[in-house]
Amino acid sequence: MFRVAMTLTLAFRNLFHDRVRLSVTLIGILFSIVLVAVQLGLYLGARGMIIAMIDRADGDLWIMAYGTKNFEEAQPIRARERYVALATPGVVSAIPLVTAFTDWRKPTGGSTLVVVIGADIEDGGLAPWNVVEGDVSALGVRDAVIVDKTYLAELGLKGVGDTAQVGASRVRVVGLTEGIRSFTVTPFIFTTLTRARSLIDMPSDNITYVLTKVAPGADIEKVRTDIQAKLPDSEVLTRAEFRARSINHWMFSTGAGVALIGGAVLGLIVGTVIVAQTLYSSTKDHLSEFATLRALGSSSGYIHKVILMQAGLSAVFGYVLGMSIALTIVYLSEHTALPIIMSPGLAALLLALTFAMCAISAISAIGKVMRIDPAMVFNR
Amino acid sequence: MTAIATAQEEPASTGTAPVDGSVVLEARDIVKELGHGAGKVRALKGVSLALNTGELTLLMGPSGSGKTTLLSILGCILTPTQGTLKVAGRLATGLTPEALARLRRSHVGFIFQSYNLFPTLTAEENVRLALDVRGERGSDAIVHAQRALHQVGLRHKLKSYPANLSGGEQQRVAVARSLVGAPSVILADEPTAALDSENGLAVMALLSQIAKDKSRAVLAVTHDPRTVPFADRILRIEDGLIVGEERRTEGVETVHELARNRKRKANA
Repeated sequence: MFRVAMTLTLAFRNLFHDRVRLSVTLIGILFSIVLVAVQLGLYLGARGMIIAMIDRADGDLWIMAYGTKNFEEAQPIRARERYVALATPGVVSAIPLVTAFTDWRKPTGGSTLVVVIGADIEDGGLAPWNVVEGDVSALGVRDAVIVDKTYLAELGLKGVGDTAQVGASRVRVVGLTEGIRSFTVTPFIFTTLTRARSLIDMPSDNITYVLTKVAPGADIEKVRTDIQAKLPDSEVLTRAEFRARSINHWMFSTGAGVALIGGAVLGLIVGTVIVAQTLYSSTKDHLSEFATLRALGSSSGYIHKVILMQAGLSAVFGYVLGMSIALTIVYLSEHTALPIIMSPGLAALLLALTFAMCAISAISAIGKVMRIDPAMVFNR
Repeated sequence: MTAIATAQEEPASTGTAPVDGSVVLEARDIVKELGHGAGKVRALKGVSLALNTGELTLLMGPSGSGKTTLLSILGCILTPTQGTLKVAGRLATGLTPEALARLRRSHVGFIFQSYNLFPTLTAEENVRLALDVRGERGSDAIVHAQRALHQVGLRHKLKSYPANLSGGEQQRVAVARSLVGAPSVILADEPTAALDSENGLAVMALLSQIAKDKSRAVLAVTHDPRTVPFADRILRIEDGLIVGEERRTEGVETVHELARNRKRKANA
């Protein structure tokens, strides 16, 4: 029959003996978990937005202007580079792609910055996904664009069928996607390659990227080297390299990621201090009981176990409460421009961090117990 | 009524010779200095004594005479500055704190003046805790804990928390806790000091009964004269030295024996 260990019973009863102190401990852990979850969730959300286009695009190698830092901010390259890539052994396809920032004039007045993405659907390079209204094939219609639902208000739109102006051209919304958001909070506008050139006023012999697909079994590194040798003014990156470069630029060069991770670290520090303080004072209050345990002949390991179990129980209760609130915030942020992501990996990391935080907090309490004079049992 | 007859006058540092039963605890020339520098105090100045199985020994003396310090050393809680201590045949001097803890949990049971029960645990759990620190767990531990509480007359209070027990009941739980591990020595620090007369006598009667076990010695530090009739032997300590020993003379009944014999006669 399962029986609860005495150490666990003692830890549990010590913890619940003082409800006020327990509440303070749990609030400390809860605050810490929510702060870390939001910060790291924002980081994951931002990371997902930064790499979404790179991951969705069908290309093993990306040919781009030398020094391109991220997907949105790229200089044009010559369209003939596509043919150079196609002529390289091991290349199956080379699809042109256009992206650029431009002004969107709202039908309601005013303007906002947008990122136009132009690719031909039949090429299979980069088509809008998660289309919830309209159809991707409608992009073939004159003036057609597809935008994300999140940015309807930002673009001054109500829905499919609305029109606006980009540059000197009129555009009509033929479809809506859901969840395709930009890290820069600049709406993405999907359209065809030719229309994109027209909207951003790009010469017809220019493109922004060539998405190169390598034949199965071909050595990607060799293909890359061969293309690079033929295109010394451009840069050829693998998908992984382009992802890493984009993340590095937005998250670390701009300091955005550092701020998010810094906030998470701050949350951990504040949580650790609160839990350490309450656990220490709880241990201090129960010091005579620990001295009695010592007098009864318990090993110091036994006493450490009781304190660590108290910390562990605090971690479990704090985690459950903190995650409940964090998941509510995640749910509420789902349809905003900056969604917070809670992945199973992040949930597991938060659990590990909570336990680590509580274990570190227990150190000061254990230090106090280590200095107990068992003879104090005679002086109570 | 006195059940204790004064034994022969002996010099300081007496009580080493076992009279009834075998020696389970032996202290020789124990010196204990407390404090540092100018504040250093010699609390014990060369104490030797032996505790014999089957005996309830009282250690009596005025405040500041070194009773509690001696009890702490005999219980392997404090280490002596000089001298040697043997508990159940094992040398207890020069051991690490962890080794001393092992010795305590194997051979020493404690009863404290303020009971020192865990307020968040029931009577049964308090007793079971003493077994748990010894690594005894599971249903056997529960049975042993319940048996110990039954032995002290608290079978009906197994699930009671200390706050719901009287002082006498709490001290009986503490007695059960000291007993449950079947230690060689039970050391009691002023076991009746916090109790009224009736409960104090009940606890002393219990200790006297426990001391009849030929595998165990009981030492109680006390300055309560009501406890004297229960003792098999009294050691007197003054100013850090044992200054006298009184032993119940052969044929003289203790309070416990008197009561038992009266009961037998009444029944007959």
